[in-house]
Amino acid sequence: MDSASPQAATVTGSTGLDDAIRQLKFRDPSLARGLAETIARVTREIGRSPVSVMHVCGSHEQAIAKFGLRATFPAELNVIMGPGCPVCITDTPEVDEGVALARQGIVVASYGDMIRVPGTRRSLADAQAEGARVEVVYSAAQAVDLARRLPAEQVVFFATGFETTAVATAAILRSNPPENFSVLSAHKYIPPVMEIVAEMPETRVEGFLAAGHAATITGWGIFEGFVERHGIPVVVAGFEPLDILAGLARLVELVRDRAPRVVNMFPRCVTKEGNRKAQAELWSVFRPLGGRWRGIAHVPNGNLRLREEWAHRDARKRFRIDLTALWDEAPAGLAQQCICGDIMSGISSPSDCDLFGKECVPDTPVGACMVSSEGTCKIWHQYGGLPDLRGAL
Amino acid sequence: MSSTTSTATATTVRTSTTRIEERITLKQGGGGRAMRALIEDVFVRDLPPLSVPGRGLDAMDDGAALWLGDRWLIVTTDSHVVHPIFFPGGDIGRLAVSGTVNDLAMMGATEPLALTCSVILEEGFSRADLERIQASIRETCREAGAPIVTGDTKVMGKGEIDGIVLNTTGLGLTDRVVPDSGLQPGDRILVTGTIGDHGMAILAARHGLNLEGELRSDVAPINGLIRTALAAAGDAIAAMKDPTRGGLSSALHEMAVKSGVGILLEELAVPVSQAVRAASELVGIDPLLIANEGKAVLGVRPEAAGRTLAALRSHPLGREARIIGACIAERPGNVILDTGLGRRLLAEPEGELLPRIC
Repeated sequence: MDSASPQAATVTGSTGLDDAIRQLKFRDPSLARGLAETIARVTREIGRSPVSVMHVCGSHEQAIAKFGLRATFPAELNVIMGPGCPVCITDTPEVDEGVALARQGIVVASYGDMIRVPGTRRSLADAQAEGARVEVVYSAAQAVDLARRLPAEQVVFFATGFETTAVATAAILRSNPPENFSVLSAHKYIPPVMEIVAEMPETRVEGFLAAGHAATITGWGIFEGFVERHGIPVVVAGFEPLDILAGLARLVELVRDRAPRVVNMFPRCVTKEGNRKAQAELWSVFRPLGGRWRGIAHVPNGNLRLREEWAHRDARKRFRIDLTALWDEAPAGLAQQCICGDIMSGISSPSDCDLFGKECVPDTPVGACMVSSEGTCKIWHQYGGLPDLRGAL
Repeated sequence: MSSTTSTATATTVRTSTTRIEERITLKQGGGGRAMRALIEDVFVRDLPPLSVPGRGLDAMDDGAALWLGDRWLIVTTDSHVVHPIFFPGGDIGRLAVSGTVNDLAMMGATEPLALTCSVILEEGFSRADLERIQASIRETCREAGAPIVTGDTKVMGKGEIDGIVLNTTGLGLTDRVVPDSGLQPGDRILVTGTIGDHGMAILAARHGLNLEGELRSDVAPINGLIRTALAAAGDAIAAMKDPTRGGLSSALHEMAVKSGVGILLEELAVPVSQAVRAASELVGIDPLLIANEGKAVLGVRPEAAGRTLAALRSHPLGREARIIGACIAERPGNVILDTGLGRRLLAEPEGELLPRIC
């Protein structure tokens, strides 16, 4: 669920190597088989089909696809990826704002995936091809470095990602960056969108698998109100295959027992309170604001915008961004056939899309879900595409 | 031949307002589907017929096979560009000789008759580096038993070419051509050793990952290893391929498509060194997609799999050989990956994970 950042960029020492080896213990096949059997048995005990549960995280989908976990799920269990890709849900007008700034001669820095997401008329990459200065960065800190290196330019960091990356943006703003640095925030906040998806009649989600790293910051306690309001269980899970299988096993048990509550299955990282210091930093810089998530809906409190005290760092306040010329534009031809929105709401899957793997591939993406490494379409494409191998070779 | 249905080969650079002329992209040199489509659409079209019976470019194999009346002449050619030119475990010279010798071996010609070597240099290239590369070429030829019999040298102006490009052509004779299309359901898939070493060593050298000590390219001529396997199993070796660009995934897809079988690959059986496994976790690149320069994939009839494996392991370059999968009648052209935790289709690499790697 974190915003796209190629891990290769900052690898410097062997600490990373040790960490990588340590993670491998969460991939034990015999434990995985046992958990898969539990999931199958409990799902059948529920006695309904399909039982639909949703995760809201690109990293969860990555692991499910990479390790082929869906092939082990029972036919009755539908594990849906919800709106868990920050690049995918960045709305077209937000991209247009970035493009408009770049075309005014302002240096726009953003994560690599963001550069290729289509706006109404142009992507940032298109603007770059036409001469605008657009820079790929791997972190907010790199965008600040860029501003330091270019003291005569205005540098805007087009900031995307959920609360996890928003914390990093907040920390950077609080670290006294140079005067020529500002932020165009397209950060999003996950808890409110869960409320929206839970109420969607087409989806009928019976349980949520919440993202472990976001919960590291927010704490698992944040989901208690949600469970009370909607009567739907939430399990916080990590990102290794065994984390996900164990999380799903617990989730179907809660569905079976009609026992909606929050269960933390990622206790090695997540506490009930979360990281209070990070929360304080986040809310000292950002305020929640309603706004559209691309393809989903208007999400009350779903956007993170800079607070009034940070207006001097807010690209929307510092610069004039005029999008009126784009208001009447219709989306480009193929984009009208794109079903990213339905995929992110869990109503459809990439295999339902006529464009998937044909006109829409990672090199020439039609929708944002094929651009981002956290988009469902890109992930499915990377790990072999459509076919569900359940019950067949 | 490939089952690729794509007709548009070059990627169209699209902006929202105009369509720009088609250009060649790095993806089309990546060894995957895009490159095969480019070759089929541009180079294979309207070829004149062969002068003797045999298999030419349109077979899209590791090399051509020409019937001389009593034996097959195998011809293969390869251009080499790699950055950096010296890397842990080898250099561009060793790569050039090994690549060509191995292509001959994959067709069954394990005793190279002759090699040619052409070099194109950039003005200003270091003479000491050139001599170091030449020494490496000599040494690798000795190892492979492959004599260089002719060559060509060109120098281009500064900036007209990047450092050095080597081209090697190889000739060899064989009684039996081993195609990469001979697989049947039931056949076992063997790999001659660990996977991903070359590509990961290049990546580490290029990006300064602090793992160089442990990551070494596997670049080596493996004609002796293949000779040992063919001596043990003969005709029971139904198909061979060296998993270079595009890695094991690309090689298996090509064999599956050409043979019209499915391949079930056991991921946990694929030998991967600890250093490569850890590095691939760090950088997020699957070892199955990474180039190898001293390995082969063999498709072997089931009754001969055991003795082929034993023969491979008896050779110094085949100590870590493993049976990694089997051919199935279902899902022809697909590779199904059993991850130990579940199953999925293995995607065929489309683009270039790392440009200029071999």
